[in-house]
Amino acid sequence: MTRARVTLFAGHYGSGKTNIAVNYALALRAAGEKVKIADLDIVNPYFRTRDSAEELEAAGVELISSAYANTNVDFPAMNSAVYGLVQRRDAQTVFDVGGDDRGALALGRFVPYILEENDYEMLFVVNFRRPLTPDAESALEIMREIESACKIPFTAVVNNTNLGCETTAETLLDSLPLAQELCRLASLPLKMTCAEQSVAEKLRGKAENIFPLKLQRGAAEL
Amino acid sequence: MSDKKLMKGNEAIAEAAIEAGCRFYFGYPITPQTEVAAYMAKRMPKIGGVFLQAESELAAVNMVYGVASAGKRAMTSSSSPGISLKSEGISYLAGCDLPALIVNVQRGGPGLGGIQPSQSDYFQATRGGGHGDYHILVLAPASVQEMADFTVKAFDLADKWRVPAMLLSDGTLGQMMEPVSMEHYEAKTFDKPWAVTGTGMAREHNIINSLYLDPQKLEIENFRRYERYERIKAEEAMWEEYLMDDAEICVTAYGISARVARSAVTAARAQGIKAGMIRPQTLWPFPVKPFEDSLEHVRAYIDVEMSMGQMIEDVRLATRCARPVCLSNRVGGMIPSTEQVLAKIKEIAGGLDK
Repeated sequence: MTRARVTLFAGHYGSGKTNIAVNYALALRAAGEKVKIADLDIVNPYFRTRDSAEELEAAGVELISSAYANTNVDFPAMNSAVYGLVQRRDAQTVFDVGGDDRGALALGRFVPYILEENDYEMLFVVNFRRPLTPDAESALEIMREIESACKIPFTAVVNNTNLGCETTAETLLDSLPLAQELCRLASLPLKMTCAEQSVAEKLRGKAENIFPLKLQRGAAEL
Repeated sequence: MSDKKLMKGNEAIAEAAIEAGCRFYFGYPITPQTEVAAYMAKRMPKIGGVFLQAESELAAVNMVYGVASAGKRAMTSSSSPGISLKSEGISYLAGCDLPALIVNVQRGGPGLGGIQPSQSDYFQATRGGGHGDYHILVLAPASVQEMADFTVKAFDLADKWRVPAMLLSDGTLGQMMEPVSMEHYEAKTFDKPWAVTGTGMAREHNIINSLYLDPQKLEIENFRRYERYERIKAEEAMWEEYLMDDAEICVTAYGISARVARSAVTAARAQGIKAGMIRPQTLWPFPVKPFEDSLEHVRAYIDVEMSMGQMIEDVRLATRCARPVCLSNRVGGMIPSTEQVLAKIKEIAGGLDK
């Protein structure tokens, strides 16, 4: 599997970026890489990469997030250590970008370094069961808004269609034509289709490039 | 293929309001309800509706007053400190008998408090909040599906009774994501002969006003309004009962606390304790009947809420203080755990056996 040094997950808020980013970082680490993950979300103070801090640390993945994430301080802060990720370039790096154009705005300041190095994948995460992205056209609209906010074009699409705990294999199979249509409209390849582990088992042989997800804290509680 | 969507609670409120025919949203951002406004900002321009971020909470609620006066469905949303700011306007809406929806996605207080979930605005919601003798309808969802369902219900009840309605939610319900179906809604319309929509020179002027300088007239208006409140109490209380048929210990909770309470009741039953739950779905009117009925077999009540004990007063009133009612709570943005509630149930059960 060829992979870029920098992998960025961006998309509509609530599309599952954080969950995928954490799983992706853990998968890279399991493959023997030195891995760092950065939480760039300056908008949502509730569900964050930091929810998975213990698991990431146990696996040996370095987490760079705002000191204020998951605290009661509603403060849009960014950790200055993020610059180290794009300047020192000494590890496989996963960026969990904030949702929508508003969240992606914070990525903009690091984009010149990422473009200069030119070893990145900018992945658009989409869940076609989210109310504002029910089809390829609406997903493309959000994709363009994000690109215009952070000034870096997407390089591939990640299909993360799900209905939370009610997700079935059919939920994902139904979404495959929508993902293909989005790829066609955007002239981009489909990087992978994500599915919670038990659903991923049922998709074997029915869909390509399945990336099994272990749901992170917050995603399954209450 | 089902038509379900994976929605945040805040999005479900916004989309359901649109389903209910609301085309006027006025708001001001505050965590943890900002997604309501963000969603409306995206959707309203596409369906010919109005999204307007006002210059303040006070301005937003008075824009709602304006649209409601013209007989259209209007809403605003905020979180606890913002609702305090809107309270003057809510009192005016009540004083003018205007239907409208106010959403409160509660956070910790008092003061600026915190941004984490809370249920400490119960008094404010059910006792008025603003000045004067009045009530508003208060609906308390406990799932993302109910965030949507109760939004539609709140608009219908508000129009039916000419009373402002509040959806009283909290930061967790606002932020959490669950599958939601909106296929089952039927659009209801209500005649609003009182609305200020122009006379067409064919009728008397309608006047929307809460100022009565003649005290006798103001007294009559207050008496009339409270007669209506009595009918609402008799007809509109909503609640859910869980394992209550033979319950000796009744856990009572609304909203997110009720999800914790339900788990604790299930766990208690597994240990042979006759526990049940009453979950008020309307907080005003408070569902008195299930509490009255439960007195036949319930020996003690445990009130679970994320406040220092506010709904507990209504539980005591509904049970006429005939049984002990104790509190199991967390505050300041903390959520009670199933273990905490279960421990309380076991503690009370132990006391009953003696």
